[in-house]
Amino acid sequence: MNEVAPTRTIGGYVPMVDGPDKVSGRAKYTADFVAPGMLAGRIFRSPYSHGEIIAVDVSEAAKLPGVKAIVTGAECDKTFGVLPIARSEHPLARDKVRYRGEPVAAVAAVDDATARKAIGLIKLKIRELPAYYTAADATAPDAINIHEHRPQNIERDVLFELGSVEQGFAAADLVREGSYNCAEVCQNQMEMHAALAEYDAVRDRMTVHASTQVPYYVHLMLAHILDMDMSKIRVLKPHVGGGFGCRTEALNVELICALLARKAGGTVRMVTNREETFITHRGRPETDIRLKIGMRRDGRITAVECECDQRGGAHSGYGVVTILYSGSMLYAIYDLHNVKYVGRRVMTNTPPCGAFRGHGTVDIRFAFESLIDQMAGELRLDPFAVRRANYLTAPTFTDNDLMVNSYGLPDCVDWVERESGWKARKSGLPKGKGLGMACSHYISGASKPVNWTGEPHATVKLKLDFDGSIVLLTGAAEIGQGSSTVLVQAVAEVLGLDLSRIRIITGDSDVVPKDNGSYSSRVTFMVGNAAIEAAQKLKGLLVAAAARKLEAKPDEIECLGELYRAGAQDKGLTFNEVVTEALTDTGTITVTGNYSTIPESHGGKKYRGAAIGGTMGYSYSAQVVEVSVDEETGVVTVDKVWVAHDCGKALNRLTVEGQVQGSVWMGMGQAMSEETGYHEGLLVTGNMLDYRVPTIQDSPPIEVGIVESNDPHGPFGAKEAGEGSLAAFLPALTNAIADAIGVRFTDLPVTPDRVYAAIEKRRRAGDGNGHG
Amino acid sequence: MARILEITLNGRPRADAVPDNLLLLDYLREVVGLTGTKTGCDGGECGACTVLVDDAARLSCLTLAASVQGRRVDTIESLAKDGRLSAVQRGFHEKLGSQCGYCTPGFIMASAGLLRRNPHPTDDEIRAALGSNICRCTGYVKIIEAVKHAAALHAEGLTP
Repeated sequence: MNEVAPTRTIGGYVPMVDGPDKVSGRAKYTADFVAPGMLAGRIFRSPYSHGEIIAVDVSEAAKLPGVKAIVTGAECDKTFGVLPIARSEHPLARDKVRYRGEPVAAVAAVDDATARKAIGLIKLKIRELPAYYTAADATAPDAINIHEHRPQNIERDVLFELGSVEQGFAAADLVREGSYNCAEVCQNQMEMHAALAEYDAVRDRMTVHASTQVPYYVHLMLAHILDMDMSKIRVLKPHVGGGFGCRTEALNVELICALLARKAGGTVRMVTNREETFITHRGRPETDIRLKIGMRRDGRITAVECECDQRGGAHSGYGVVTILYSGSMLYAIYDLHNVKYVGRRVMTNTPPCGAFRGHGTVDIRFAFESLIDQMAGELRLDPFAVRRANYLTAPTFTDNDLMVNSYGLPDCVDWVERESGWKARKSGLPKGKGLGMACSHYISGASKPVNWTGEPHATVKLKLDFDGSIVLLTGAAEIGQGSSTVLVQAVAEVLGLDLSRIRIITGDSDVVPKDNGSYSSRVTFMVGNAAIEAAQKLKGLLVAAAARKLEAKPDEIECLGELYRAGAQDKGLTFNEVVTEALTDTGTITVTGNYSTIPESHGGKKYRGAAIGGTMGYSYSAQVVEVSVDEETGVVTVDKVWVAHDCGKALNRLTVEGQVQGSVWMGMGQAMSEETGYHEGLLVTGNMLDYRVPTIQDSPPIEVGIVESNDPHGPFGAKEAGEGSLAAFLPALTNAIADAIGVRFTDLPVTPDRVYAAIEKRRRAGDGNGHG
Repeated sequence: MARILEITLNGRPRADAVPDNLLLLDYLREVVGLTGTKTGCDGGECGACTVLVDDAARLSCLTLAASVQGRRVDTIESLAKDGRLSAVQRGFHEKLGSQCGYCTPGFIMASAGLLRRNPHPTDDEIRAALGSNICRCTGYVKIIEAVKHAAALHAEGLTP
């Protein structure tokens, strides 16, 4: 018996607990559910960018045999939106349409062909209004308001100055300005949006399967839009084929599907196509940045002035939060003082933007790391030296009151410098080859939830029953990021048990506790801490039961996972024997673990919205990108990426590596090829060929270094791993291209035609020099 | 028009009345109920619907069901044998070639097709065989590792 030891998985390479379902085809996604007698739902979308609705004529469609229900804006006068302060959107347009593709009506029919035919019979009469497709046009003096409550089409202005930029620039040896443009990009997750809504007319209950990152938000919005009591609604989240932020908000798809199901008095499945999934959007807004930085000769940054315009699209969505993140997250990566930020979120007649991975931080980081790289060159400083000259000293609070307790950036920077062979290789690269580096960071969950209720941030329940199995109940949405695996690991680790003892149930509002959802990289930190607390409580009960049975004191009991004993000489009790004893008094045991962020993490009050950016822990990332540029074709090849990510503690090295590689690669898509395009508001990139996602043929090896700064508040010391490494790729790439061919790109994506044009321009200017 | 489609699906013969314009993808998902094969795009863009027709990878969204008359069709559901995952399935599970899992059946079938004709593929051969499959989660690094691991397991005797 002496060889019995607790099972440990934290820090190991652990395949996902739901992996076998995914590799066998058993994993069911929303579109995979077939309910008896279900109807097919389809949406009629506006062919106009902007106009007053005169009439939505559904009379012909209603006559079509097989059509069971039609809904229009007349069915629902409520507005929805993720932020309680900015609900601007009707599930089906009323009074006005504001972008091409906005839902206007929807049909439920016996089959998809009939539903499509019915959609073709719907007529929309409209009085067209001027439409604005750029932030500049929408804010022109003569522009009309897209929303009456948003004068000049400004969703939100942000302004702060902390310290004095005037004094900061005066203290600088070099001041430089740059203008940057990042194209709008879209999550384009593999699973297209889908919903299955089942209305029980007899009991007035609604059950909805939704492909969502936050079942709780869907629940709230269903109750609001359907005007139903929340207790009559059940939300199920089956397997979800990726989200990357677009499924953080409740989407019109699930709301319309539920409206149809109620009207039809039955079950409706709505599966959108890829083009509709693009139009539903919630991607990263097109962003224009004007940035001015002051730097001393030694690389120390003395002042930062940043203006940021975001083209938000036709509805509010997350807009206020996005434009605030872009300002607040200038901080918490370097030691900055004297910072001024002017942010403008603009409404336009394009599909609404949302919270894309790296929410609000990515385009700003591109601009920042590009400009300091350029300035390093002018000051003849190594790019690494400039970063090192500006490190924070943790623990600290930034000028905008963000709490930084653990800070692994220096180790990240050292790792990529060493592993890439930067010092030895940098100056000796052949023509057309270059190395570039950059850094980025991200939050481990927003420390204040969007819907402030006073409840804990996260709640986990554990159920232990006669069979000795532990069921972990959580509302945290597994969307492929590995949250279920890490939560099972956390509970198993505390109890010293094998993962197979623990089953996890997520995504059924009838069963699992409410959770704020899978966004802002909050799950490992917040739900992980709640899981640890629950497991510790359960362990306490088991130790007490073992002590009772062994006639010992609880503090004499040694828990070895499958064995509890009072001292090394004791034969002890098996786990199942302890469970039997523990159940004697109470029957089935359930314990609850909670987690709440501390007030110090809630950001400050120095400007309106200063709480945005607050978190319990920031992750840090550094990257080196190696490129080859073909000067004849403009094609840029990424030969290799070295990335180091400070995730506090890698609870599961396999999934941390996977998340970091996925982040870097998604940054590569944005940097090199991804870009939405509209013609007069019509999406012309609504497929995966025109919206160019890197294939396996385009994608480089990505070597991951894990840096563990052991955050004092993190679960086992962990912080986030799934977002922070995205942003650094963009500037690391353009810095590498600048190194390779001496041309610095400030507009993204850096497509071959842009590279070729830049090379041609330089040739015509008579500067054929290669290395910059 | 409809016709009787006779095929060998996942090793078993079957016959169904299918309309001439029915896609193989919809036949598998909606008629047979094998939902492991996924729809990821509006036609031929993403590879999520990849199945094997006579051991060759095929996009079921660009294939009419009627056109595989008399052929052998294998989907993701056919790979696990006697309750054991196949070499490619284990590769994707153990090396995290799958995150959200939605593209996974397509990648696994394309990889199984590769290993059936080329048991020892190089990295470039793996990239070429999977070049028309899109994954949005992994960055493909671990997918390549998964296929190499699968090839090693295959060499030890596991079916692809």
